[in-house]
Amino acid sequence: MVGVCAVSHLMLLATVSIDNLEVCTPGVSPTSIFHPAGPAATHLNDVIWLVVGVTAAIGVVVLTLLGVAIVKGRRPAGLSPGAEPTQVFGSNQVELAWTVVPTVIVFLLTLVTVRVIRDVDLTEMPDGALRVQVIGHQWWWEYRYPELGIVTANELVVPVGRKIWLELESADVSHSWWVPRLAGKRDVIPNYQTNTWFQADATGTYLGQCAEYCGTAHAGMLLRVDAIDAAAFEAWSTAQRSTAADPSSAVAMRGRAVFESLACASCHTVSGVSDGLFGPDLSHVASRATLGSGAIDFSEDNVRRWIDNPQAIKPGCNMPSLGLTPDELTAVVAYLMGLR
Amino acid sequence: MTSLPATPHRLGERRPWTAVVHEWATTVDHKRLGIMYVVTGMIFLVVAGLEGSAMRAQLTFAENKLISPEVFNQLFTMHGTTMVFLMGMPVLLGMANFLVPLQIGARDMAFPRLNAFGFWLFLLGSILLYFSYLGAPGLDGAAAAPDVGWFAYAPLTERPFSRGNSTDYWILGIMVGGFGSMTTAINLIATTLCMRCPGMTLMRMPLLTWMMLVVAILILTAIPVLTAAQVMLLFDRSLGAHFFDTQNGGDAVFWQHLFWFFGHPEVYILILPGFGFISEVIPVFSRKVIFGYPLMVAATVAIMFISLGVWAHHMFVVGLGPFLNSLFAATTFLVSIPTGIKVFNWLATLWGGHIRFTASMMFALGFLAMFVLGGLTGIMLAVVPFDWQLSDTYFVVGHFHYVLIGGLLNAIFAGLFFWFPKATGRLLSETLGKWSFWLLQIGFTLTFGPMHISGILGMPRRIAYYEPDRGWEIWNQISSFGVIFQILAVALFAWNVITSLRSGRRAGNDPWDAWTLEWATTSPPPEHNFDTIPVVGSRRPLWDSKHPEDPDSSYGA
Ligand code: HEC
Ligand code: HEM
Ligand SMILES: [Cu+2]
Ligand SMILES: [Cu+2]
Repeated sequence: MVGVCAVSHLMLLATVSIDNLEVCTPGVSPTSIFHPAGPAATHLNDVIWLVVGVTAAIGVVVLTLLGVAIVKGRRPAGLSPGAEPTQVFGSNQVELAWTVVPTVIVFLLTLVTVRVIRDVDLTEMPDGALRVQVIGHQWWWEYRYPELGIVTANELVVPVGRKIWLELESADVSHSWWVPRLAGKRDVIPNYQTNTWFQADATGTYLGQCAEYCGTAHAGMLLRVDAIDAAAFEAWSTAQRSTAADPSSAVAMRGRAVFESLACASCHTVSGVSDGLFGPDLSHVASRATLGSGAIDFSEDNVRRWIDNPQAIKPGCNMPSLGLTPDELTAVVAYLMGLR
Repeated sequence: MTSLPATPHRLGERRPWTAVVHEWATTVDHKRLGIMYVVTGMIFLVVAGLEGSAMRAQLTFAENKLISPEVFNQLFTMHGTTMVFLMGMPVLLGMANFLVPLQIGARDMAFPRLNAFGFWLFLLGSILLYFSYLGAPGLDGAAAAPDVGWFAYAPLTERPFSRGNSTDYWILGIMVGGFGSMTTAINLIATTLCMRCPGMTLMRMPLLTWMMLVVAILILTAIPVLTAAQVMLLFDRSLGAHFFDTQNGGDAVFWQHLFWFFGHPEVYILILPGFGFISEVIPVFSRKVIFGYPLMVAATVAIMFISLGVWAHHMFVVGLGPFLNSLFAATTFLVSIPTGIKVFNWLATLWGGHIRFTASMMFALGFLAMFVLGGLTGIMLAVVPFDWQLSDTYFVVGHFHYVLIGGLLNAIFAGLFFWFPKATGRLLSETLGKWSFWLLQIGFTLTFGPMHISGILGMPRRIAYYEPDRGWEIWNQISSFGVIFQILAVALFAWNVITSLRSGRRAGNDPWDAWTLEWATTSPPPEHNFDTIPVVGSRRPLWDSKHPEDPDSSYGA
């Protein structure tokens, strides 16, 4: 009976591996750890397969023994009815064997583990890496590129094929930076700097999300890394470095006035206009693909919905609805749409 | 030993309910206290189970709006806290209370009134925790129940991020209950060390008693650390101290160290009693003596020491540096060796036995199968690079539910089916028990198996909603589906208890033909347990009296 149970578990293990094969084909899950896209994640994966193999083997052996013991125990051969089976109190040799064999196995696993830790857990910035400061906020991400003089939010743009060195800090509580296809996670802890690194081997968008519970909107604290080629990155960083665009129409002009006259300015930075630090930098917000740390796609409509009532889109988030009139809303949206 | 006139009454006798309540409320009898612990714990199993079911309902569909994030965050906090402190601890301490004095041939615990005090502290603590739903809202919009997670990482628990009083209720509830656990631990240690009957040397104690002794020592080592951390947090929140207040130079990682220095031993505090139940049930229903008793004792003690030195495996993603990460990986691997030894010894006990498939035994076998799987995912997580990916994901949620439900809860059911007749004088229904068993295993596998996959696909734990494009939805739906079976299993068990109490078969002293001292007295035992204090000559006194021609003592056991 319990044998059936054990078998069903083996089947489960089997489905895990079948599923792994499946998710190795891109497109099934954008966040599978078995679909690495750079050395930091690949290193981890080498050891993962070894470990899955070893533990699966142990599991098969133990569960088979259990199954056999159960089947044999149902009707033990050569036991007269009413009699008790032979009482075996122990055996030094046998017990020594199953102390030593597991010891050897875990010793080997320890060595493998230590080797990968040494390869991946870097304590200093590798040569030629691009340094980015990651600042976790309840519930969005701030990115600063100190060497390039760029401040942006929620979407990390990096050059493909180059090591990226992340310095993680938090403005409030603990978070965790995790983009599974690029690297394992690393906690983002206030008053305690941590580091990690990754390198994207192919251009594309890599997704993830905050992995340390950080309060109400933790589930909405998504991560996004855009890896682009060197030339595109050059162009992107030049654009980001420039001061925010001036309004190009009368409506947008009015929008800037509204932005400055309301609390927006005290929470948000727009270079040359305001210097609020509580919310994401909006100097080039229109160059982003999403809003609210991945909550919705960036579009004129969505910007409007967001400003009108952010709580409806990302419950619990730290931006209040300021109750703008439809007119003011139209103006502010027009202004923000111009901040490329 | 006690001065209170609480004589046990025969089943079925009618007395005014006030008299019954008074008798239970003032009792210092270890058996009644044990039963009260277990019943309270099982009620909290239902409460926390419903909280878990609500979470599963919310996660059935991507971007579901059934439960708001605020409420969801309270649900997982209360679920985890309840299961660990209000279900696991009391059920296990209750079983220890009931069984240890009986197993060592004593008349009661060493300090009966302290024992009662411990129970009432525990009850007060649980009420404080749940009172938060009424008493905590305080300031505008502040959470009604704690919403900081069961490990309550600082600085989310500090005033600026947790307004109102919910976190204070969390601290106080757990702290008060913790003092209860500590008094019980002191009591268990004193009882096992000082009150064993003649002939009961330490190396003749039943394994369950051994494991409860080790658990008591772990409780006394680990819980004070949690209590100290909670006092510091209370100082931060109420007196303006800055231990964990990172905005004023406090240290968030310090909380993690303190919490997990308690937290990892705590998981062994929860599982070792389960190991104890299994170590009693498997031999009786395989009709064989436990294989390798001395090594089992040694492994238990080894687990005690090693489990005090592995806590930072919960902190591999903190960035403690390659040296500490390697060190704690090594100690974590080390703890799997004594655990493995136990599994092999249980298998060897089964091997060549004549297995009786009672409901109790089936739960014990279910424990073996499931616990092995949970232990193996534990080993995977000890591989630090693997943990960097899977820490704080549904894979970890899968891991610890395999050890806690597949392991601990199966062991608790094995124990309840085994000792219910001793406690009540009546047998539980075997048929209903087997239904519960299969429903639980099926439901459990459906719910927690797929979590390993959603974790591998990148799903973090503690999220109130998720994106539809991540490929997680199907696995979550299977998980949620499995809950139905688990609810049925527990409901059937409750029904089984209620009907068996009224009309279950009479058990007699020794329904399973077992070998330890609790089966030598009546079911239920008289208040003083044994009319004459027994004298034992081996680990299995009842085997000796049933087989005078071949006593254990002739093998030096
Ligand atoms: C109390 C401070 C505060 C005020 C006032 C405020 N915001 Fe915000 N805003 C935030 C925060 C915090 C976020 C990030 C929310 C999140 O993702 O969790 C945000 C996000 C945004 C975003 C999305 C940015 C991105 O890249 O995802 C836009 C656009 C925005 N705010 C515009 C405005 C406008 C326009 C106003 C004025 C009408 C305004 N905000 C007023 C705090 C504020
Ligand atoms: C072979 C033995 C075991 C090993 C090697 C092991 C290893 C681990 C590791 C490395 C983690 C941390 C995962 C992470 O958060 O990143 C973990 C988590 C956990 N383990 Fe185990 N474990 C074992 C047995 C157990 C047992 C017996 C229990 C309890 C009965 C248990 C309960 C837990 C719990 C509750 C957590 C998660 C705590 C939380 O984050 O909320 N484990 N285990
Ligand atoms: Cu988070
Ligand atoms: Cu642990």
